Parts: sequence; C-alpha cells; structure tokens
Amino acid sequence: MYSSKIIKKLNFYLIFGLIFFSFNISQSKEPINFVEEVTSKASNVLMTSFDKEEKIKKLRKIAEENVDIRGVGFYSLGKHRKKINKSQLNEYHSLFKEYFLKSFSSRLSEYTDPKINVLSQEILSPKYTIVSSILVASENRPEIKIEWRVYTKNPEKPLIRDLIIEGISLARTQKEEFNSVIQSAEGDINALFDNLRKFNN
Amino acid sequence: MIKDVTIESINIMKKGLILLLLAFSLSVNAHAGTDGQNDLSKNPNGEVKDCFEGINRGVFAFNQALDQLIIEPVAKGYRFLPSPIRSGTSNFLSNLSLVVTIPNNLLQGEMGLAGKNSARFVVNSTVGILGLFDPASKMGLNSYEKEDYGQTLGRWGVNEGCYLVLPVLGPSTVRDTIGDVVGYLGGDPWYNVTVRNDTHYFSDFDYYASVATLGIDFRAKNIESFENLEKNSLDFYASVKSLYLQDRKRKILNSDEITDTLDDSDWEEIDTN
Repeated sequence: MYSSKIIKKLNFYLIFGLIFFSFNISQSKEPINFVEEVTSKASNVLMTSFDKEEKIKKLRKIAEENVDIRGVGFYSLGKHRKKINKSQLNEYHSLFKEYFLKSFSSRLSEYTDPKINVLSQEILSPKYTIVSSILVASENRPEIKIEWRVYTKNPEKPLIRDLIIEGISLARTQKEEFNSVIQSAEGDINALFDNLRKFNN
Repeated sequence: MIKDVTIESINIMKKGLILLLLAFSLSVNAHAGTDGQNDLSKNPNGEVKDCFEGINRGVFAFNQALDQLIIEPVAKGYRFLPSPIRSGTSNFLSNLSLVVTIPNNLLQGEMGLAGKNSARFVVNSTVGILGLFDPASKMGLNSYEKEDYGQTLGRWGVNEGCYLVLPVLGPSTVRDTIGDVVGYLGGDPWYNVTVRNDTHYFSDFDYYASVATLGIDFRAKNIESFENLEKNSLDFYASVKSLYLQDRKRKILNSDEITDTLDDSDWEEIDTN
C-alpha cells in the first residue's frame, strides 16, 4: 500500500518533470535553429516581388526583432563607451539604432538570390554561440563563409550580435571605423554623433 | 659567365640578408619592450598604428580616383566576358600564385601543405592545361589558401609595423611591403622568369599583365561589396584598413576557427538582457 503510494508519487514527479522539461525545451531556442529561421525569413523577403522600399521595411523589422542592436552599438563604441555620460549614451543609442537599421537593410536589399546553408554551431560560453553558414556562390559572387555570433544569455530569446564574413567581423570593423571618426576629431565623441546624424538624414 | 652568376648570387644574398635583418629588427623591437609590443607600430590596445595617416589618406584618395576612372569600369566590362573565360582566367592566376605559395608553405614549416600544393600545381598545369581548369580540386586537392612572404614573416613572429597604403597596390603594412620586396628580389619564380631574367620565353609584359588581370578579377568579384561598403561607411578609409588588417591576421594564423582569430574580451562585458 505504502509502496504503491510512493510509486504513484514518483510517477507524478516523473510526469511533472517530463512536462516541465519539455516545456523548457520548447521555450529555449537552439542558436542554429534561430539563425536558420532568421535567414529563411530574410531570404523570403528578398525573393519576393516587393519593391525596394517595401523590402527595406520588412528587413528592418526582422533586424529589430532578432539583432541585439543596443549590444552591437555599445560594442561599436569601444574604449569610448567608458568616457561618455548617460545622456550622451541615450542619444548615441537612438542614433546608432537608426544608423544600423538603415545601413543593414540597405546592404541586404541589394541581394536578390541569397541562398544560405546553415551548417553547424559551436558553443563558446553560456552567453555566446557561433553558428556557421555558407552563402552559396552565384554567377558574380564566389561562395562566402558567414559566421553568426549569437548572444544566448537569455536562451528563450537569442539575439544576433555579429556577422563574421570570411573571418572578418563586421562589428569589429564598425568599432574601428567609429574610433577613427572620434580620433580624427581629437577624441570628441560629438564628431561621431554628427556623422551618424548626417548618415541618418 | 660563371663569374657574373656568382656576383649576381652574392648580390641577391646581400639583399636577402638586409631584408632578413630588417625583418629581425622589427621582430626584436616587438619583443624587446616590457609588454612585448612594438612601441612604434602598435597602440596600447594591440592595434596596428597608422603612423603615416595623412599620407595614407592622400594615397587612398588617389587610389579611389584611379579605381573610379579605370579599374571599376574595366572590372564591370570584364564581367561581360562569358563565365568560362572568367573562371579560366581566375583558375590560371590561382595556379600561377602557387609558385609563391609553395616556397612559403616550406618556410612556414607546412611540409604536408607544400606537398599538396605541389601536386595541385603539377595536376592543374598539365591535366588542367596550364591551369585554365581545376581538376585538382575534383581529386581532393582543394581548399587552397594563398601564402606570401608577408604572411611568412608574420608566422615567424614579425609584427606588422605601421599601416601603409601603397599607390595602385592599396592597403599594406611595413611587414607586408617587405614581403613583397622579397618576391621582387628572387622569391617569386614568375617574376624571375618574366622581369628579372631574360629567358626569351616570357617578357616583362607577361608579368605586369598577370598582376593587372589579377587585380581586375578581384575587383570584378567584389563590385557590389565595395559599393555597399563605401555607401554605408562613415569613414571608408578606416573600414578598408580594418578589413585588410583582420584578413591578414586570419591568413597568418592559417585558421578557420574564429575563436583563434577574434578577441572576445570586449564582448564579455556587454550585457543587455
């Protein structure tokens, strides 16, 4: 009698555990699946017959939902992020967001036949996973290797933080470009703000 | 005749020795300091210093004008050639580059790779009709990576030195420029049989035509990427510099593992959720 109660109780915990576990699995997204999903969404937009403006609008939405724009912006500031005050930082984040979305969607909208094969993933740390993929060669372009740095601190909501194209990090290029703009103005961060404003308008 | 050859050999050795000493002094400068970094050429955070930025930006502007006037229009025209002609040209030039890659594989101690690339060169030069076709890749001799003397110096621990922009040739560093000079002083067999020595089979034109075609082929493959980069850059000069230096770093490490080539420390401190 006692033992059957224990078995029932154990079964209850087992079933509860299984449900809880499977619920967790369904909530957390594997970075490789996440990248596959994002690239497939972007490819679908690019292959449609929408005009360029409409494509840009849709690509911006995909980027806003799946890229950690705030994190990329913070990274792009490099050593200067420690020197700016809170109001400057807020202004920077809003300027960077617009800059990022404008340049990202404009860059991507040029591609008409992007076939991306997602290949594998490597977990670097609890916060980062690198997903490897290949942009399939076309008539005018050779095959290109693309790696995605996925920020996985919140496993339920992974976000893209960097694209590494043939070993070249776009975020790092951005950081070095911003640093150059600031250095050319003898360390004045307002020079970067002015340039971002000019680009955004 | 024998005397001439001997004097020539001694001259080459002297020049080679000077270059090696120069490269060594760069390397020693890099390691003599307490932090193991070359004060002349590196920022405190390990980035390559742009010691001649004013001149570099001037040369960069000149190169851009040259690109707009000549190189880009020619590259766009090159794209109209039938695909088999373009891929044949690309294969031929890639095969030709193996004469520099193989000695550099050896200098870097990559004996297996030197053997594989030698086999690739033999197969493509014969079965592949002077390199116009690439049967070697179909035989498993694929994933070819070009190597040069700048990369070898890098592998030997020589730091980049300052960043340079060369007229027509584009981005480089002091170390990579020394690497190019090694090629001109006898390290490039193709240069030797065309420009340096009168072999009666090739002329100077063959060498310069191959270099120019290589540039046009590269430009034609990257027309959209360059346009995109220029259009979306706040400082195009800085973007090109960053791309060049990152690419060289990856090539010198001979690694496809991005964890080997990228510094992650900056990312670690950025938390947004």
